[in-house]
Amino acid sequence: MASRDETLHELPSQTAGPYVHIGLMPNFSGIAGCWPQDLGTGGVDKRAKGERIGVVGRLIDGGGAPVRDAVVELWQADSDGVYPGGTDPRGKGDPHFSGFARSATDTPDGEFRFETVRPGVVHMADGRACAPHADLWIVARGINLGLHTRVYFPEDSAAHATDPLLARIEDPRRAATLVATREGGEGRPLYRFDVRLQGDGETVFLDV
Amino acid sequence: MSGTATKGTFYRRDRDRHPPALTPQYRTSTLRSPRFAPISLGQSAGDLTAPVFGHSILGPRDDDLLKNYDHGGDPIGQRIVVSGRLLDEDARPVPGALIEFWQANAAGRYRHKREGYVAPLDPNFGGCGRCITDDEGRYSFRTVKPGPYPWPNRLNDWRPAHIHFSLFGHGFAQRLITQMYFEGDPLIWACPIVATIPDREAIETLIAKLDLRGALHMDALAYRFDIVLRGRRSTPFENKKEGN
Repeated sequence: MASRDETLHELPSQTAGPYVHIGLMPNFSGIAGCWPQDLGTGGVDKRAKGERIGVVGRLIDGGGAPVRDAVVELWQADSDGVYPGGTDPRGKGDPHFSGFARSATDTPDGEFRFETVRPGVVHMADGRACAPHADLWIVARGINLGLHTRVYFPEDSAAHATDPLLARIEDPRRAATLVATREGGEGRPLYRFDVRLQGDGETVFLDV
Repeated sequence: MSGTATKGTFYRRDRDRHPPALTPQYRTSTLRSPRFAPISLGQSAGDLTAPVFGHSILGPRDDDLLKNYDHGGDPIGQRIVVSGRLLDEDARPVPGALIEFWQANAAGRYRHKREGYVAPLDPNFGGCGRCITDDEGRYSFRTVKPGPYPWPNRLNDWRPAHIHFSLFGHGFAQRLITQMYFEGDPLIWACPIVATIPDREAIETLIAKLDLRGALHMDALAYRFDIVLRGRRSTPFENKKEGN
């Protein structure tokens, strides 16, 4: 174990505030020319392996109103269940898949939208398998510490029964907040995953 | 498959040093704060890994807010250099990590469609920047000192001068957004957003120190701001063999 003699403390969080898009998505916010493209908005590389899927959802506050000034980040494994970046012990991962995306919720409905690939099975640090999912991280004015949650997919219900997170949530209504629904239509799957910050149907958030 | 050694799990986040979700003096938190306790289940491979952004994403002026929105001149205001190190809780440097920052101009005005303060925009100031830490976790950028500004909360609430920081570490569990304040600003201790942090000593870690040694002659003052992200165990995490 590393010596903890020189212990520092993580800096405390502060809200991302109402102007978070200036910092994280300046082109989206109307500040053109600082850099050509907002981080995490380039879509999926054509060479990436795996089935293309879409994830769309509304961010809703405790009064039922859409949250229109948030940023939602997505982080997920590739189609083989390996996280990009070179530090996943399961392998190097798909070199054409970044695993990361950002979306603003600046629409009338407070909607975020991601184009990605269907993630594979991943693992907990202790080796237990998790059903396929993507991690989401949500920041906005009025959110004092960024919120971690996960989006799971409805086709994997058998794997959900043994998933370390879903199996641990005693109230099935709460576990259901983490499973997207599939929107109708042929072709590329589109999943709906509404996030409720507070109140009826409040989404499960994680203390990672 | 047999596991390959990599870095270990992160130490528990000390939530007593972070703001709780519901802080009524910061009114927007009222309807945006979860009521259920967050669930802890241990960390997953997704928490222990993080996206990697190489220097190829950076342009030459991304870390220079004096020049990256140049519309024919420099922005008005006090020129400053902000620098420091990105460290973990064991004081180890965090190299190769993306830092993003944004701020109001010297008059306290953001370049944003929803901004309601009457202070003027600066035609040469966009207000955003980014950089990647070097091998020793160091970062540095040039900007103007942002002004304080009023905001709609309680009647006549004013934010102290501040710069927003977004931080990626080496694990998504380290993801953090916070704000940097300036040494000696009396508005820090009157701010309801600062006051969401329950621990005064923790607040003081967000206050950058004037760094006269780092000041540039006839050019810019300097502030020093070291940033600490969660630390992690040095023991590896390993996948159990198949079938175990």
